[in-house]
Amino acid sequence: MTTTAPTSPVLTPEMVAEIQALFPRYPTRQAITLPALHIVNSKLRHVPMGAIPEIAKLLELAPAQIYDTLTFYGFFKSEQGGFVRAWVCRSISCALRGAEEVLEKMCDKLHVHPGGTTADGKITLEFGECLGLCDFAPAVLANEQVYKSVSLDQVDEICALLKSQADDQASGKCRPTL
Amino acid sequence: MAEFEPVLTANIHKPDSHTLPVYEAGGGYQAIRKVLGEMSPVQVVDLVKASGLRGRGGAGFPCGLKWSFLPQNHPGPFYMCINADESEPGTFNNRVLMELDPHQVIEGIMIGCFATKATNAYLYLRYEYPTAYRRLQQAIDECYAKGYLGDNCFGKGFSLNIYMHRGAAAYICGEETGLIESLEGKRAWPRIKPPFPAIEGAFKKPTVVNNIETLACVPHIVNRGVDWFKSMGIPADPNNPRDPGSYGPKLYCISGHIEKPGCYEMPLGVSCRELVERYGGGVWKGRKGKAAIPGGISMGLLAESEWDTKLDFAGPGKAGCLGLGTAAVVVLDETVSMVDFLHNSCRFFAHESCGQCTPCREGTSWSERILYRIKQGKGRLKDLDLLQTISDSIGIMPGTTICGLADGAAWPIKNALKKFRPEFEEYIKRTNPNGYANSQPVEALEVIGLGAH
Ligand SMILES: Cc1cc2nc3c(=O)[nH]c(=O)nc-3n(C[C@H](O)[C@H](O)[C@H](O)COP(=O)(O)O)c2cc1C
Ligand code: SF4
Ligand code: FES
Repeated sequence: MTTTAPTSPVLTPEMVAEIQALFPRYPTRQAITLPALHIVNSKLRHVPMGAIPEIAKLLELAPAQIYDTLTFYGFFKSEQGGFVRAWVCRSISCALRGAEEVLEKMCDKLHVHPGGTTADGKITLEFGECLGLCDFAPAVLANEQVYKSVSLDQVDEICALLKSQADDQASGKCRPTL
Repeated sequence: MAEFEPVLTANIHKPDSHTLPVYEAGGGYQAIRKVLGEMSPVQVVDLVKASGLRGRGGAGFPCGLKWSFLPQNHPGPFYMCINADESEPGTFNNRVLMELDPHQVIEGIMIGCFATKATNAYLYLRYEYPTAYRRLQQAIDECYAKGYLGDNCFGKGFSLNIYMHRGAAAYICGEETGLIESLEGKRAWPRIKPPFPAIEGAFKKPTVVNNIETLACVPHIVNRGVDWFKSMGIPADPNNPRDPGSYGPKLYCISGHIEKPGCYEMPLGVSCRELVERYGGGVWKGRKGKAAIPGGISMGLLAESEWDTKLDFAGPGKAGCLGLGTAAVVVLDETVSMVDFLHNSCRFFAHESCGQCTPCREGTSWSERILYRIKQGKGRLKDLDLLQTISDSIGIMPGTTICGLADGAAWPIKNALKKFRPEFEEYIKRTNPNGYANSQPVEALEVIGLGAH
């Protein structure tokens, strides 16, 4: 990362407007930290370092305060993730019904370790802790969609589906959602 | 007992149950009208107090009593935080309520806010519930459009705003003061109590934190009264002055090795066995049960021989579990290795400890490493003593940690060792025949996927 030349802002005017629209909801600006991080993350699929001082300025905080909060939540990454982010639950109800095997097979299929992004930048595959879908164990959440009671046989199909969703998003056919 | 008629889930099977017209057609938003038209905040607090409603989020604290702790002569503002962080493994009842009957939740929030004089309510929703997010936001929008929210709600001079606030995949945000810190934009480090949120909560103001299901009960109490509510459940034990009883309906979750996983509503106090056999269709694949988590993984384990335990607030404790927790039952069939179970549990808590208290941060992380070592066939019998020591020394109960996550991490270890120790010993001896008796320090195995959430 270069720090010399003045760089263009990371936050677009739309993001800034979206963040500012939240100001009246809370008695402090700091409370908008998580919402602001979500806004940036949903558009950029990560929170780049350059966004931090910009958010800090909007929220009248020190950049370190934003960074402190951001790093607590492993949810926000500094490296850009795939167009589709998938979580495979590994907690108890899912593990009892084969979640570990599903995760392993999806990793094999996509050639990634948990937490990794496919080489083509399309899909980020992560383990999740209880997704609140234990009645549909083993459960996978990806792109705001739920895959219920996933069996090993369905892994190929799901991976293909995720890829095509990622393609659609990459080509702008469908916008990433918050 | 007469056939139980669902209360909280009465609407969920109707088409478009999440929309305002369907909710109102079923009698929705009558309770808040009654409250705004006929009652004072104190009367609502007293009503809820008299109903015996206890918090459904895990701790079982009497709801009306909590509301009554708010300071009387405070200039305000007061805040309501709705705990929809639901992340306790095995638990999904709040999801069902939010997705399928969000207006019931909102009516409960309205009444709760009126009673506690809150004018802003923040609904802290875990990030992984996108459908609940959309449904709730849609329901809130419908209410604003109708004049049910905002200034002068229902034309009765009461003002309330409800804001959705999404979490970021951290279990600790469900602990009420962790939630508040997170809402304030900080790391979700639970606070030392006192002061309790009722005195100094969100933004340093008096705050009530309530669970989704707790609030969903409130409109029904207003509509149908205290006697009706108390006709369900297990009455207070007359010989125990500290037992407030377990009244009202409850959404039980069943998952794991069960034929029909799902969310089943019944009066508090159904037994674990009845839940499994009558509602869950029995242990899956015709197998026998081995154990069950009674109320989310933090609560520990009931061995199959203990399944007649009643799942009211007092029941699981009598069988050595931590409590009723979220009343989420997870069934383990006869093929489950307790080593695997405990490894899964320890891994969860190691991942979710917020890292603030050393005993919890180190204790949860070392329990995971020890279990991993045992699982890999490198365990020693001494490891079981180590695990016992860790589980006895982390938590609010031994007084070493700030919040209850550590107690929840300790309990599955304690129960597993107490109820299934021979299995652990047998496993260690079988998989590590040459080293099981070793008591010298050994190298830790590297564990992948460790670290904060
Ligand atoms: C580690 C931990 C996690 C918790 N997670 C939740 C949760 O996800 N949802 C919830 O309602 N309560 C949770 N609680 C309990 C809350 O601290 C609090 O007691 C509850 O939200 C109060 O609401 P109630 O009285 O209506 O139950 C958790 C507690 C601990 C110690
Ligand atoms: S007990 Fe654990 S989770 Fe709770 S505050 Fe301490 S370190 Fe954090
Ligand atoms: S344990 Fe996987 S969704 Fe709850």
